[in-house]
Amino acid sequence: MWEQIRSNQIRSVVLTIGMGALLILIGYLIGLYFFDNAAAGLIIAILVWAVLSLIGYFQGDNILLSMSRAKKIRRDDHPRLYNVVEEMKIASGLERMPDIYIIDDPALNAFATGRDPNRASVAITSGLLQKLNRDELQGVIAHEISHIKNRDVLLMAMCSILLGTIVILAWYGSRIMIFGSMTGSRRSSSSGGGGQGQIIILIVALAFMILAPIMAQLIYFAVSRKREYLADASAALYTRYPEGLASALEKLGASTGQLKSANKATAPMYIVNPFRKKGIKASDLSSTHPPISERIRILRAMAGASFADYDQAYRQMHQQGKGVIPATSLAAETVPIAATKLEGERGEPDQIQRARETSDVMWRLNNYTTITCDCGAKLRVPPKFKESTVQCPHCGRTHQV
Amino acid sequence: MLAVYIIIGIVVVLAIIFIATYNGLVRRRNQVQNAWAQIDVQLKRRYDLIPNLVETAKGYMKHERETLEAVTNARNLAQQVSSAGAGERAKAEGELSSALSRLLAVVENYPDLKANQNFLALQEELTSTENKISFSRQYYNDSVLRYNNQTQMFPSSIVASMTGFKPTEFFEVTLAAEREAPKVSFT
Repeated sequence: MWEQIRSNQIRSVVLTIGMGALLILIGYLIGLYFFDNAAAGLIIAILVWAVLSLIGYFQGDNILLSMSRAKKIRRDDHPRLYNVVEEMKIASGLERMPDIYIIDDPALNAFATGRDPNRASVAITSGLLQKLNRDELQGVIAHEISHIKNRDVLLMAMCSILLGTIVILAWYGSRIMIFGSMTGSRRSSSSGGGGQGQIIILIVALAFMILAPIMAQLIYFAVSRKREYLADASAALYTRYPEGLASALEKLGASTGQLKSANKATAPMYIVNPFRKKGIKASDLSSTHPPISERIRILRAMAGASFADYDQAYRQMHQQGKGVIPATSLAAETVPIAATKLEGERGEPDQIQRARETSDVMWRLNNYTTITCDCGAKLRVPPKFKESTVQCPHCGRTHQV
Repeated sequence: MLAVYIIIGIVVVLAIIFIATYNGLVRRRNQVQNAWAQIDVQLKRRYDLIPNLVETAKGYMKHERETLEAVTNARNLAQQVSSAGAGERAKAEGELSSALSRLLAVVENYPDLKANQNFLALQEELTSTENKISFSRQYYNDSVLRYNNQTQMFPSSIVASMTGFKPTEFFEVTLAAEREAPKVSFT
């Protein structure tokens, strides 16, 4: 299982180098066209990329978390969530407990972030927290923790920055080329090559600049989809219970809500694509995530909980020789699935209780004070409340704030 | 002259391989020790939780004195052997787990207890601790498997025997009841 991380890294590095080559080509063409000097273009391309990468590396997780308006919780805020994360931290052998965030959004989603396993966070929407029972929550958290453990988070962040740079350069480059060539004021033809050669370069450069972002995006999607399968396989291995994640994905797939705070660049970070529309099956090439229904079927077809079992289930699904897990990690060890557990195990809070619990947490995180009246009503006192007493609107008792 | 260089080259390469293998073994062994420490933390946590649980349950469960005593005794016994090896310890912990699940099975008959906020919080803590025990055991056994493989498989076995790395014991649970139900359900 540790070999697979390395082998996966190699594969991803190859794909990333492909994207890097695209970036260099774009820089080269820009340099050739605008400055008559390929090196100048390369320097510009690499500078833009380096600046974005540095920001992404050091501030990426903070930017992502604050963009999605996630709120950090402590153990007392939601003991069950904290415990489940800790359980998965132990199962995966992660050294440091990841920070836990809740996003106040009824949509169902979750993501992991952080540049290395010792500086990681997991975030989950309040909607998901209400919907999932303990086993399902465990499956989702295991999926996110395996993104951290497999170093997907950093790779995907760096990949998306590379993609972003390519898109930005191609966009500005092609616009300037089109408008520059129309007015004819740009490029005083110091090479003296004359009109025809220049037009050919222009056309080639333009075609490339339009194609490059698309190509980069396809590479990006390929990397991201592989990672999703691997994270599912790891989640099954950590929990020894693929059904937990499968049934969580089922709930995720049935919901239609789109996450308000997600955007295209951050989409691959989430457990399911935050933009999918109901009834539309994500096509193979143009999605950051494999179709949910397929992920569920693979998980349910697993005979054991090991990577080999996941790989076999995947192959059954696709009727083709190539599996999804690198061969080196398919050591023949049998890992049994844990005994079947019942939905809504006795002694566990049901969905209404979970909804109450989650809303209590959200009020508290927004600095509201909650007073429970003797009549059963809950009074939420806003942080700016000035009076020292408050009257229960339900039964008329007065409470000290 | 060339032969000397070749010999020096071979020696250097062998030394590098030796060092790399040795460091790999050390890393694996540390991982095993670390995983063992994790189990230890969780088992201690369970020792701490049980007196609270028994104390809370006592007030409600007038007719279950024996069940409660069995849990307390199993806990004390497990704590006594906590410095023993993995095999002996696993047995005592298995006894504790089954005593606990017997206690939790009768909780169902006491609706007042199930409505107690304090008990609910304890229940969540205990469920999670049981999970953490089984997950840390899982991780420990995985680590032991990889460590043992490396100490026994050629060529790293040569380095292992030269520098005194020995295979370690697994943390196997001997009780069938425990194996089937690693998860506590307060039924």
